[in-house]
Formats: sequence, structure tokens, C-alpha cells
Amino acid sequence: MTAQATVLYDAPGPKARARSRVISVVGGVVLAGLLAWVVYRLAIPQVAANGAETPPILDPTRWTPLAEPQVWMQIAKGAGATLGAAAVAMVGALLLAVLLAFGRLAASPLIRVPIAIVLEFFRGMPVLLMMLFILLVASTGAFVAVVVALIVYNGAILGEALRAGMLSLNKGQREAGLSIGLTPIRTRMLIELPQAFTQMLPIIMAQLVVLLKDTSLGYIVGYYELLRTVKNLSTFFGNYYMFTFWLVVAVIYLAINVLVSWLGRRAARAVAAKRA
Amino acid sequence: MNVLIENIDLILVGFLTTLRLLVFGGIGAMVLGLLVATMRISPVASLRGFATAYTELFRNIPLTLIFFFMVFVLPLINPKLPPYEVLAAVALAVYTSPFVAEALRSGINGVPVGQAEAARSIGLAFGQTLTLIVLPQAVRMVIPPLINVFIALTKNTSVAGGFFVVELFATAQRLANNNGNAVIPILIGVAFFYLLITVPLGLIAGQVEKRVRVAR
Repeated sequence: MTAQATVLYDAPGPKARARSRVISVVGGVVLAGLLAWVVYRLAIPQVAANGAETPPILDPTRWTPLAEPQVWMQIAKGAGATLGAAAVAMVGALLLAVLLAFGRLAASPLIRVPIAIVLEFFRGMPVLLMMLFILLVASTGAFVAVVVALIVYNGAILGEALRAGMLSLNKGQREAGLSIGLTPIRTRMLIELPQAFTQMLPIIMAQLVVLLKDTSLGYIVGYYELLRTVKNLSTFFGNYYMFTFWLVVAVIYLAINVLVSWLGRRAARAVAAKRA
Repeated sequence: MNVLIENIDLILVGFLTTLRLLVFGGIGAMVLGLLVATMRISPVASLRGFATAYTELFRNIPLTLIFFFMVFVLPLINPKLPPYEVLAAVALAVYTSPFVAEALRSGINGVPVGQAEAARSIGLAFGQTLTLIVLPQAVRMVIPPLINVFIALTKNTSVAGGFFVVELFATAQRLANNNGNAVIPILIGVAFFYLLITVPLGLIAGQVEKRVRVAR
């Protein structure tokens, strides 16, 4: 626990510790009860709407497809598609973000104002709508629609973050860059951007996790990614196995995102330690 | 342009559905988020652990996956389910709640330690410190990030359109399919309705942020 939170209450004495233990136990029992109910619900035979009874969700027969290498090949293919789209979109979004941040900070209002309006437009509409837009108007493939929409949307958000980072820098940074003879653009690139980037790293990493999760919207616009794999496998093997496939994919997503979040936090901490 | 005017009733119905999802999903997310945030800062270890696990779990699962579960997987377990719109609101509430909880928690952590120390030193207990000193200050700092969470929620309601709820996105999809020659005006018109919610919210967040900054 951080010092921040402990300032809210005393270091617990024997009485408070006893009380805390009681609440801990009661809370733990309630939560365990909730979990037990979920497991029980999954362990009893399932009754369909027409009254037909099928084996429980946790019945071993529902998990047999996982023994087939073909299934894992399909899941790996889906995961590859998800990660591929995410990787391309991440790089693109970061590059676009730099351009947009520079544009919004440009000296000329002819550049600044239109970019501000376009940014506001892209930040305010759903990525999903943008994907549909690209799909229908540019009639591209689903991959391009997903990636381009993610680049534009996240580029707009990351651009704002970078701009805020550059604005928060000491004015002397820019002045120093200009006074040693760097051009305004090189000052931004070499002096301001790296500092803004490291300062905003936590926000940037959080947004990249959002981007990664948003690749699953590709399911709705027909991109063959990880979630689509669940649907296709369930169509092939039958809905009898859908929970199994869903759980596997949920765990994969969870593992990837927790890993990326953790790496992001580590990077942010490393950068903060270096700057201090 | 004509397509938009001819189908304005459909678009408005979709817009109302989006608003309903936003309101009910938002209320649900607030309730869940408040609960989780309280657990997260409580002195009881087991509640803290649960809140942390809950936050990590639902923050790292894509919304589409939660929708998929509610709409396709849940009926296999329990066939007696409410209509899709209710399921969608629940999915949105569950997905948004950890973000609400984190916003609340960072607001509470953002109150200077001296404030809590002063409260403690005049003899206030945990509950009093929290409700009389920390929360009133935290609420003001929490509002801008909270509004941003709701802006994200507004945009996330569009995912419901992919799962049998005819809200704004699904309406756009249908209109675009039926009027292949007027895709651009339809999509821009629908985007306008989203901006109608998100842009004012963003402006409010900016205003509040400015006012709080002056106060300190």
C-alpha cells in the first residue's frame, strides 16, 4: 500500500486488526460464495429455452476440441491477425500523433485551426463508425479499414497528449533550442518532442492498450481476428463448445494486455527514475 | 442530404437508444465504480485485493468480448435473459466501471497528503477524514477525468450496434446499406449526432479543469 492511502487511517492496532480480520473473512466468504455460485451454475446441466437439457459447461466433453492442434492453429492465426493489425496501427498512430501535435502548435493559424477542428471531429466519433466509413466509402478490405480507423482515432488522441506534454515544458527549453541556432522544426523534434514523449509515456502506453483492445471491433466490420475465431470455431464445432473457445480467447487477450500494461508501467518508471 | 431528412425519424430513434445506453450504462458504471473504488482504498486487505483483481480483469478485456459473452455465450448458460438493450447496458456498465473506479481513486490520491494529515491530527477518524475533507476536494479533481470516461462510454455505445441493438451506429449501417449512393452524408450525419454528445461534454471537462486549476 502506498503512503498516500495509509495517511487516511492509523497503523491498525490490535482492535482494528481484529475488526479488519473479521471484515476480511466476511468479505472473503461473500466473494467466495459469489464465485462458488458461478462455478455451481456452470457445473449443473444446462437447460435450453426449449427445455432440452445438455451437459454442464464444465463437463469434460465440452473441452475436447482443445485437444486438436487444428483448433490452436486457428486461434494462433486469429491472434496473429489481431497483433498484426495492432502493431501496424500503433506505429501509424504514433507517427500521425507527432504530425498532428506539430500542426496544432504551428505558428500559422491557417494550419492550426483546421487541424484543431479535424482533431475534434475524429476524437468525438466512435472508431467503429470510422471503420464502417472507410469500409464503405473507400471500399478497402477489412484490414485496411480497421488499421486506418485505429490510426486516425488514436493518432488524434495521442496527438493531444503530445501537445499537452510539449505545452507543459518550460519555455526555456524551446528558447534554448532556438538560440543555439536550431530551426523551429528541429527544436521541436530534438528538444521538445523527446521530453514530451517521456513525460506522457504513461498516457501513451494506456492508449496503446486501448488500441490493442479496439482491434476486436474488427469483429463487427468483418476482419478475421481473434474474436471472429471464436465465432467461426463455434460454427464449425457447434455452440456446445462456444464457452470454451470464448474463455480461451478472453485469457489470451487478458495475458497480452496485462503484459503490455506491465511493460508500459515499467518503462514509465524507468524513464521517471532516469529523469529524477 | 435528402436521405438524412427522409430518415430523420429512424436516426432520432437510434439517437434515443444511444442516449438510453449512455444513461443506464453510465449509472451502472458509476455505482459499480464507486463500490470498487471504496474497496480499493479501504483498510481491509481482502476487499482491496478483490478490487484490484476486478479492475485489472475488466480493464484488460475488450468491450467487444464482453458483448460477445452477454449476447452469445450467456444464453447458453441461462436462456431466460432480458432484451438485448438491457444486456448491452450491463456490458457497458461492467466495462466502464474500472475506468470510473480508477478516476475516483486517482482523484483521492491527488488530494495533498497534508490535507489528510491535518484532518487526522485534529482527531477525525477514517470515515470522517474521507467524507469531510478528502472527498469534497477529490470530487472537483475527479470531474474532468470522469467526464472523459463518459465521453469514451458514449463512443463505446456504438459497439452495441454490432450486437443486435439498433442504436445510432446500427441505424447508420442500415441506412448506408439501403442507400448505397448516399453513404457519405449518412455517415457524416450520424457522426454529427455523436459529436452532439461528446463535444459539449469535452468543453465542460475543459471548463471545470480550468476552474479547479485556478482554485489551487
